[in-house]
Amino acid sequence: MAEEKKLFKVTIDNITIDVEPGTSILNAARQIGGDVTPPAMCYYSKLKDSGGKCRTCLVEVAAGSTADPRPMPKLVASCRTNVMDGMVVKNITSDRVTDARNGVVEFLLINHPLDCPICDQAGECHLQDLSYEHGKGASRYEFKRRTFDKHELGPYIQLHMTRCILCYRCVYTADQVSNERRHGILSRGDHAEIATYIEKSLDNDFIGNVIDVCPVGALTDKTFRFKNRVWFTKPVDAHCKCDKCSGEVQLWMRGDEVLRVTARKDEWGEVKDTTKGEPGWICNTCRFERKKISDWVIEGPTQVNRHSVISQGHYVGVKKPHETIAKVMGGRDPKLLMNIKDVSEVNQVELSELKGPATSESFKQLKKGN
Amino acid sequence: MGRKLLLEKAHVEGIRHYDVYRREGGYRSVEKVLKTMSPEAVVEEVKKSGLRGRGGAGFPTGMKWSFLAKPEGVPRYLVVNADESEPGTFKDRYLMEFIPHLLIEGMICASYALGSNTSYIYIRGEYWWVKEILEVAVQEARNAGFLGKNILGSGFDCDIFVQPGAGAYICGEETALIESLEGKRGNPRIKPPFPAVKGLWGCPTVVNNVESIAAVVPIVNDGGEEYAKLGTGKSTGTKLISACGNINKPGVYEIEMNISVEEFIYSDEYCGGIANGKKLKACIPGGSSVPILPANLLLKTAKGESRMMTYESLSDGGFATGTMMGSGGFIVMDEDQCVVKHTYTLARFYRHESCGQCSPCREGTGWMEKILLKIDQGKGSMSDIDLLWDIQRKIEGNTICPLGDAAAWPVAAAIRHFRDEFEWHVTNPSEAVVRNYGLANYAKPLEVATPA
Repeated sequence: MAEEKKLFKVTIDNITIDVEPGTSILNAARQIGGDVTPPAMCYYSKLKDSGGKCRTCLVEVAAGSTADPRPMPKLVASCRTNVMDGMVVKNITSDRVTDARNGVVEFLLINHPLDCPICDQAGECHLQDLSYEHGKGASRYEFKRRTFDKHELGPYIQLHMTRCILCYRCVYTADQVSNERRHGILSRGDHAEIATYIEKSLDNDFIGNVIDVCPVGALTDKTFRFKNRVWFTKPVDAHCKCDKCSGEVQLWMRGDEVLRVTARKDEWGEVKDTTKGEPGWICNTCRFERKKISDWVIEGPTQVNRHSVISQGHYVGVKKPHETIAKVMGGRDPKLLMNIKDVSEVNQVELSELKGPATSESFKQLKKGN
Repeated sequence: MGRKLLLEKAHVEGIRHYDVYRREGGYRSVEKVLKTMSPEAVVEEVKKSGLRGRGGAGFPTGMKWSFLAKPEGVPRYLVVNADESEPGTFKDRYLMEFIPHLLIEGMICASYALGSNTSYIYIRGEYWWVKEILEVAVQEARNAGFLGKNILGSGFDCDIFVQPGAGAYICGEETALIESLEGKRGNPRIKPPFPAVKGLWGCPTVVNNVESIAAVVPIVNDGGEEYAKLGTGKSTGTKLISACGNINKPGVYEIEMNISVEEFIYSDEYCGGIANGKKLKACIPGGSSVPILPANLLLKTAKGESRMMTYESLSDGGFATGTMMGSGGFIVMDEDQCVVKHTYTLARFYRHESCGQCSPCREGTGWMEKILLKIDQGKGSMSDIDLLWDIQRKIEGNTICPLGDAAAWPVAAAIRHFRDEFEWHVTNPSEAVVRNYGLANYAKPLEVATPA
């Protein structure tokens, strides 16, 4: 196709980008990356119809398009609103958005048990990240948190309904990825819950993927339950020959032990595409049964974002986060009140520029350089 | 006495059945529409009439019809929203129960105008006996040749089906209604796309209130311009008001929109004044989700003009000093009513009816209910009132469907206008559980700012 496609110009937090028509605001912001990307708890780019429910990705549209530059009166869910040519979007530069997002985080947390110390998801939980970035120090909620009757979902998947934020991702996954859906949302309003209507176990080949899509610790892996904290394990990329799925996975290892197998995830916490370009959902056999190191061909350590708690045990393959603040501020780079490098004699090292772990040698060398 | 268009013949013996209805001049509009008018002409007539949606939002019906997408080869649908679940509103039930053929007649005209060959009435599950009445009426119309294939030899096919819901308030929201009609869980859809483009089974759909569709009949019979002469300004025609609460004559009244609120409450023709000689304290003029107003602001606007029963006058002053026409559920409260308890009751309702899809509404409604219960039981603190205000502010406008707004507005208005009553509950907890705050100063004449 030689014909050139017309791209839409959209400005998000003072950063302009050209995107394909039909892109959502959230995906346009993800193309820019960094701080201007709204958080998303329920949207999952690989699941059709997901999104629009959690309201954490609300943004302000300051100008609808070049043709109709009126602002939209309400905040819109960026995951389900498509960009128009000449649209101007405010995310972190809008007070209304910050305020609304604070509210949503508070709402999500009032009935959340906050049992992070015993939760297997801790460390890779989107709700933790969200409340760290947008939440307040304390809750104003002073009533009893809601609880649910326990539901058994079979030998592999553990359901903790109290932690659920009802994002519907697992429902869409069962519909779109696995052969059959046996669970769904029962009841309405704040007593709505994920359950199988009649106690049934979830056991078809791809149902384990609901664990990967769950943004919180509501659906966790029973074979990994209470085995370890994720930041003590090391993620490595590995693959195997599997006749059901691509076999491209991430192993979470401690020493020579494979503690957990998950799909590979991208920087938004979503399942990555495989090398063949298909969504990298993995089958139950790979996820739950292949727990021996001899089952796998190890490719190497996974790249981990330096901001993630999982990077704490890693010195190689750590990714530097994408910084956009200077661009958002129109070239003005916010400075700390005091730069530690101005006063410290030893702390002259840009740790992220070192290859491998920092040792006393690297400090000595730098001192000589001065 | 104002003119009646919808309920004029509602009490004729046997009007529920086709023979009597036909004898009283029923189905004239269908004959007129099918034999002499084009679909566009009907839409034009409705536009001219200035008819505004009677379900609550007051969106012009003719405009809504003209937005309907008309792609080739795709069916279009008309869905009548009879899922009337707003506390305080019971006008549609009355209309469907007493004069069901009026709705069916209106539906045939509207279906013709919109090109819908299959139309649905989505009725709430609790109205099971009304559903039976409607089904009998549909069958009678079918037997008389007003429904089915080639109606009156015009070549237009139309059939009507009555579908009961399971009794969820949320299914009165048009996209949730469509989901429920498709047999799914009644969760509102994310808009856009709007139903006019992608509605029932992905086809263009118009969802209208029962009363709006019934009003098409007099519009067709008398002409849009004639209809527009009734009422005031942009509030044309007549409106059904279901009055309840502490009044002498609760019931459904058809009013021409040119009378004042004071006349409506105190005149013997309508509500007949406050029961037991008590005084008026507050009123919710449009169903539970519209803001409550104290007596002084209800009878006079902030400008000092007397408030009329019209869309414009009721919303005069915005939400600061006004309210909304809503669906016409007129709830009157006398001096013995407690606003805090009342607000708690509404918050409990919205907590129970929230669909649980989006977080502000799912979590916020329950939180508001708990705080209101705490204040009502005399265990509240001053900061709880501010917290309530903050919660409602964070729900409003941030949800998928208007249920979040509907839950937030009554709480907001109660705090805005009755804050001293809330504070009295906090400062006098022991008294608050045994007696009411009373009329206080809510009925005192407004201070009208002297022109500078």
